[in-house]
Amino acid sequence: MDQTVKLGSLTLKNPVITASGTFGYGLEFMRYGDLSALGGICLKGISLAPRAGNPMPRIAETPCGMLNAIGLQNVGVEKFLKEKLPYIPADTTVIANLYAQTPEDFGELAAIFSEEDKIAALEVNISCPNVREGGVQFGQDPHMASAVVGAVKKRAGSKPVIVKLSPNVTDVRVIAKAAVDAGADMLSLINTLSGMAVDIRTRKSRLANVVGGLSGPAIKPVALRMVHQVVQSVNVPVIGMGGIVSAEDVLEFILVGAHAVQVGTYNFMRPDNAFRLVEEVRVLAESLGIASWDDYRGTLKV
Amino acid sequence: MIDSQTPCRDLEVISCTPAKDPSLVDLVLSAPGWTCKPGQFVMIRPAHWGAELVWPRPFSVCDVSDQGLRIIFQTVGRGTRRLAELVSGQKVTVWGPLGRWFRIDEARPNLILAGGVGIAPFVMLARREKTDNLSMLFGHRLDLEHYPYAEIADRIKSEAMQQKTMADIAEFETVLSERIKALAGVGQVLACGPEPMLKVVRKYCLLHGTDGQVSLENRMACGVGACLGCVGKTVAGDYVQSCVHGPVFDVREIDLGD
Repeated sequence: MDQTVKLGSLTLKNPVITASGTFGYGLEFMRYGDLSALGGICLKGISLAPRAGNPMPRIAETPCGMLNAIGLQNVGVEKFLKEKLPYIPADTTVIANLYAQTPEDFGELAAIFSEEDKIAALEVNISCPNVREGGVQFGQDPHMASAVVGAVKKRAGSKPVIVKLSPNVTDVRVIAKAAVDAGADMLSLINTLSGMAVDIRTRKSRLANVVGGLSGPAIKPVALRMVHQVVQSVNVPVIGMGGIVSAEDVLEFILVGAHAVQVGTYNFMRPDNAFRLVEEVRVLAESLGIASWDDYRGTLKV
Repeated sequence: MIDSQTPCRDLEVISCTPAKDPSLVDLVLSAPGWTCKPGQFVMIRPAHWGAELVWPRPFSVCDVSDQGLRIIFQTVGRGTRRLAELVSGQKVTVWGPLGRWFRIDEARPNLILAGGVGIAPFVMLARREKTDNLSMLFGHRLDLEHYPYAEIADRIKSEAMQQKTMADIAEFETVLSERIKALAGVGQVLACGPEPMLKVVRKYCLLHGTDGQVSLENRMACGVGACLGCVGKTVAGDYVQSCVHGPVFDVREIDLGD
């Protein structure tokens, strides 16, 4: 079976991408597999200036999931381009994940990345629940989402623009439509669900930030439902994510209409999981007699 | 040496034995060809765990020998309680060795300061290093027989102090201070144990001008530098990741919030 999948002008070797925030800058995982064998890697969110992130504790394990409130700690775009990007192996499909606090800064980041040959696409993070400014509030308001996407699209050159949606909204289709109307080439969803974990003995939250983003298998049914809804409502490729830990999970997202998937918390469960998943997906698809992803995508019977 | 192309492997449990106090567990994994340095750690996740517990758990390596890869851990939460149920023949996924290790200075005295289960990484150290310039002070809560103390005391000069009361803790701190002061300018201390103890070690190292290294324990999701969940703060105010910049830090470099 040919694993290739086309998302508009972006072609992936296979549908498995590693999710932003769970795969560092890729370099951290090079001991565990060949980055270029993945469908793509989506980088840790990058801002114009370096960010220190939130205080500790930042992570907490919950049944079938985890909470994080990292707060977009990153080295900043300048250091990333100088000290990280050159070391990512050629032939790796690299998706930059952009974070900024204003539409103008989002545009500035897009302009910088548009000059980089090694960057295949831009993912716009308007859905981080762990930062005070510029995070999920952009992703909860269709007008602000539209302003950010417009600013990025204007300066992204030929790079495809992916908009990463938040599940922390009443109707995800409203934001999806606003993003597409503003020029988004594709959508990715879902980011983490806002959640909490507390300690009855210390009477404190398990996160210094009090609330954090829930990820892992616990959120998969929510993610699958939202991908299904969004696929029905817009006409651009959708990348599904949320709790994928098996080849079966990948096929479920494709069945409801996703073109590709992103794998997040699964990378923490074992550092070579994404690499293993590429092969497991191929084997499963072939065992089901799937000839191409185009044949299988969105064939859910309802 | 572990094959660098496959540093994540499923290893077989040789034994998983509760110590004389069942809160401590001695886990040995089949690991032919493994090498590791004292103070380094591995991430462990049983291969049969489903999705309920998503994280692996980080553990200092107690020893690597012909007998296998040995971990001694304390059961403190859901994950370690489940790990304690492992039986021989089961497979666990292991990646490592990871992180920075204790740097011995062979030309000067090196004093190990271990607290409780923090004694684990020093078993390998005592077995491997030249022992002339190595000694240990061990603070412990349970009776001594519950820990691998004798394995170290058989090889290097060691003393132990049990803490059952607040007065015992105060006395241990006094002795710690004396030992650290005695090494000022002439040697170094290597410490692993509960965070309050490490704060005391750091305080007296800075007060007396003694070189020291401390091994930090932090919650980790990945162990490889990606999750950014295990950060500590340097004295300069920068976040550093315990998994890749540590877990062993110079006392002058790391801020323990004291």
